[in-house]
Amino acid sequence: MKRTTILAGAICAALTGCDRTGDANGEAGNEAAETPAAYSSRYQPLPSKATLLTGATILTGTGERLDGADILVRDGKVVEIGNELAAEDVEVVDAAGMWITPGIIDVHSHLGVYPSPGVMAHADGNEISAPNTAEVWAEHSVWPQDPGFVTALAGGITTLQILPGSANLFGGRSVTVKNVPGRSVQDMKFPGAPYGLKMACGENPKRVYGEGKGAAPSTRMGNVAGYRKAWIAAEDYRQKREKADDGDGEAPARDLQLETLVGVLEGEILVHNHCYRADEMAVMIDVAREFGYEISAFHHAVEAYKIPDLLAENDICAAVWADWWGFKMEAFDGIRENAAIVADSGACAIVHSDDQRGIQRLNQEAAKIVGAAARVDIDIPPEKAIQWITSNPARALGIADSVGTLESGKMADIAVWDGSPFSVYSRVERVYIDGALLFDRDDPAVNPVTDFSLGTAAMTGGAK
Amino acid sequence: MRFLNTATLLAALFIACVSAAQTTAITGATVHTAGPAGKIENATIVIRDGNVAAIGTGVAVPAGSTEIKADGKIVTPGLITPFGQIGLVEVNAVEGTVDYVQRGDQFSASFDPGDAYNPRSTLIATNRIEGITHAVIAPEGQEADEFGNQSRVFSGLASVVQLSDENYIVRRGTAFVANLGETGGTLAGGSRAAALMVLRTALDDARDYARNVQAYEQGNRRKYSLSRNDIRALQELLDGSKPLLVKVHRASDISTAIRLADEYEFNLIVMGGAEAWMVADELAAADASVILDTLANLPNSFEQLNARLDAAAILARAGVRFAIGGDGASQNHNARNITQAAGIAVANGLSWDDALKALTLAPAEMYGVADRIGSLEAGKRADLVIWNEDPLELTSYPEQVFIGGEAVPMESRQTLLRDRYLDRSSGKPPAFR
Repeated sequence: MKRTTILAGAICAALTGCDRTGDANGEAGNEAAETPAAYSSRYQPLPSKATLLTGATILTGTGERLDGADILVRDGKVVEIGNELAAEDVEVVDAAGMWITPGIIDVHSHLGVYPSPGVMAHADGNEISAPNTAEVWAEHSVWPQDPGFVTALAGGITTLQILPGSANLFGGRSVTVKNVPGRSVQDMKFPGAPYGLKMACGENPKRVYGEGKGAAPSTRMGNVAGYRKAWIAAEDYRQKREKADDGDGEAPARDLQLETLVGVLEGEILVHNHCYRADEMAVMIDVAREFGYEISAFHHAVEAYKIPDLLAENDICAAVWADWWGFKMEAFDGIRENAAIVADSGACAIVHSDDQRGIQRLNQEAAKIVGAAARVDIDIPPEKAIQWITSNPARALGIADSVGTLESGKMADIAVWDGSPFSVYSRVERVYIDGALLFDRDDPAVNPVTDFSLGTAAMTGGAK
Repeated sequence: MRFLNTATLLAALFIACVSAAQTTAITGATVHTAGPAGKIENATIVIRDGNVAAIGTGVAVPAGSTEIKADGKIVTPGLITPFGQIGLVEVNAVEGTVDYVQRGDQFSASFDPGDAYNPRSTLIATNRIEGITHAVIAPEGQEADEFGNQSRVFSGLASVVQLSDENYIVRRGTAFVANLGETGGTLAGGSRAAALMVLRTALDDARDYARNVQAYEQGNRRKYSLSRNDIRALQELLDGSKPLLVKVHRASDISTAIRLADEYEFNLIVMGGAEAWMVADELAAADASVILDTLANLPNSFEQLNARLDAAAILARAGVRFAIGGDGASQNHNARNITQAAGIAVANGLSWDDALKALTLAPAEMYGVADRIGSLEAGKRADLVIWNEDPLELTSYPEQVFIGGEAVPMESRQTLLRDRYLDRSSGKPPAFR
C-alpha cells in the first residue's frame, strides 16, 4: 500500500487547518495542552503485568508461523518473540498447545451504533435524512454499553472500526476503537487512528432516496453524480481555505460536511467504500482518480474476485464476508472463494463482519474461505489466513504501525486460542489489550460485563 | 487446470457410474448413522432402489454392484435444514422472487407455500453440494406493509422437501407455524396475550367444528374466527398428527406455549428458543422439540436477554429433542452453515454425536418423517454424504452427496462463477470462458 500510516499528531504538525477539521483524535492534543482537544481519545491502557507466554504456536500476522515459541510482553508492548525466552519479574503463562495471534481487528462493525438490544431507540447508525451526510461522526452515536463489545472480546477482537450505515452516498465519519469498556466513546478511541469516511455504492442509496423518498439518487448513475458534485464542492472549499491561509481572501465559513471531504482529499481521512459489484468498484476507482483521493478498502466487495488485478494495481483492500450472498441483487454473485482469489492475485484481502455475531468469529469466517479455496487447489496456510483479520485490516485502517502484527515495539494486543483459530472447536482463552488481561475464559471474574447485561446470563454464561 | 481437483474428478466418475436402477455399494468409510447402530467403522452401505438395502461391517458387496471406495472418508446421513425458505426465494430484496410472505385474512393456518416451491432455485444446488439433502420450508410472518396489511398469528403450513430435481416433496403440510412472543403480539395487535387469544379462539373453533361438522357445513353454526379451510386444516393439529411450530424466545412465553399444548393436546415445536435452556426440564417433560439458534448469545431483543452459547449442551443434558438451524446466517442461502452452527455447539459443550443428530434424525423425528429419512438404516432412504473429513469442521467438504441413492452433480451457480473467474488461461473476457 502506498499510503504510510500517519498518526494524527503528525498530521496536525504537518498540515494547516487541522483545528478546523476537528481531527484532534491523536496524542498531540493530550501532550500539548492541559485540556485535551475536543473529541480526542481519552483511552488509557488498563493496568498490566509483564507477561511471558511460553510454548505456543504463534501466528505473528506478518505471514510467519512459529512453533513452540514464546512471547514477552512488558509495559503494554511486545518486547520479543522467540524460542525459550528468559525474563525476570514476569508472570509466566504456560501456553503449550495454544495458538497465539495478534488481537483480531474488524474493519467493519456497527457495534455501539446498532447495538443490542436492537430496538428502534438504539438505531443510531444511519442518518437517513440526506444522501450526503459527511458531516456526521459515528462516534457521536456509539453506546459503549452495547453487550456486543464484550461478546466480540470473547472472540478475540481487540480493535474495530465502527462505521455509519450505508443508506447514504456519504454516510459520515467512522471511528476506530480499542475494544475496551468505557463510560464514553472517548475512553475507547484508538489513539492516533485516522478517521474513515463511509461511502456507499449501489442499491442502498438509490433505494432509500429514489424509491423511498422520490429524491436523488434514484439510479446508479445518480449515485455517481452525487459523489462527483460533492467532491467538486470539496475541492472548491479546499482552495478557498488554502487561499485564506495564504492571506488571499476570507476563510470560508466552517462546513462540517466539507471539512470531512477535504480531510479525504488531504489524505488524513481514509475512504471505506461499501461496494458490491465489480463494475461499480471500477467506476469508484475512476471517481477517486478524478479527484485525486485514495480508496482504502471496498467493503462487502462480493464481486472482488472478478477484479483482483484492478484492486492490486490501485492498492485497495477488499473487505468481504465469507459467504453472505443473495439477500439482495448486488449480492447474487457471492462465492466463498472470494477473499482467497483476491489474496492469491496479490491484492489485499480482509474478512469483516458487519454483524454482531460474525464479529465473534472472524477466524471461523476466514477458515470457511480457506476450506473452499483448498477445493480449487488454492493453498492458504494459517499464517497467511490470519492476515485477513489482523495485519490487513490494520493496514486499511492506517494503524499498521502499532497493531495487526506481533512484533517488537507494537502494542501488546494478543489473542490466545485453545487450538488452531481455524478450527470450529477452538475458542479464545485469553485476550490482552496493551498488555492488560481483559478476557480470561477460565476466570470470569476478569471479564467485563456491560451495564445492560447485569443480571442476565451474560454475567456467567453468555460470553462463555 | 489447477482448479479441477480430485473431488471434482471423483464426482464426475460417480455420476457416470451411478444410476438408480443399479445396486451401489459404498465401502471402507467410517459411517455415523445417527441411528441405533451409532458409528460403524469400515462399513459397507448397499444402496438399491434409492434405499439403504444393508449397512454394517462385513456386509458383502453384492455381485454386479458398483463399488465406491471411500476408505478414510466419513459418511453421514444427508443433513436437514430444519426451518427456512429454500425454493421459496431467490433474492430477498427482489419482491417477485419471494413466496414465503403472506399478508391478509386469507392466509392463515391452512396457507401452504409448498405450492410455490421451485426445485430449480439457485439456493438448492448451492446448499446441496455442501451436504444439505432436505429442507423444511415454511411461511414467515411479516409485519404491516405500506398499506397496513400484515400477516396473521398463524403463518401457515411447513413442508419437508428433498433437494432433488424430481419427487421433491417428502411430506406436505408437516407442521402448522404460528408466532407468539414479540412478533406474535405485534401481529395480533400489540400484546403477547392477544396472540395467545387468537390461537385459543381458533383451537376452540376447530374443536367446535369437529363436534358439529354437519351443522357448520349446513350453515347452522356460529361464525368461526378463521376460514373453513383453516378450521378444517386445524383438525390435524388437534388429532395429534401434525405439530404446532411456535416462534418464541422468552422463557415465560415458552412455558405458556407448553401449557397451551398440554391443554389442547397437540405436539409442540419451539422455534428460536433463545431462553429455552431456562425451561429445559419443562420442555423435556412435555416432550416438546426445539429448533435452536446455537449462535444466540446477545440480547437482540428483550425476549432474548438470557441467550447463551451453551444452550444446546443444556438442552441435551435435560433430554430435550432439538434441531440446529434457527440462526439467520445458517438458513436459506446459507443453510449450509448448519454444520458450523453445530460445531460451535460442540465447542460449547455439546457432544459430537448429539450435534450430528441435531442435523439429521432430530428434525426428521419432529416433523414425522423419521421412518424414511434422518439416519442411515436398512430400509430408509439412501440420502447420504461422503465427507473428506469431520463434517462439522470449517475446512471440510462433501466429496459426493447422494439423494435417494443418486449421486447429485457437485456443481452450483457459485462453482460455475468460481471456475469462470479462476480460468484466465484463454486471455479472453470471462464471458467466453
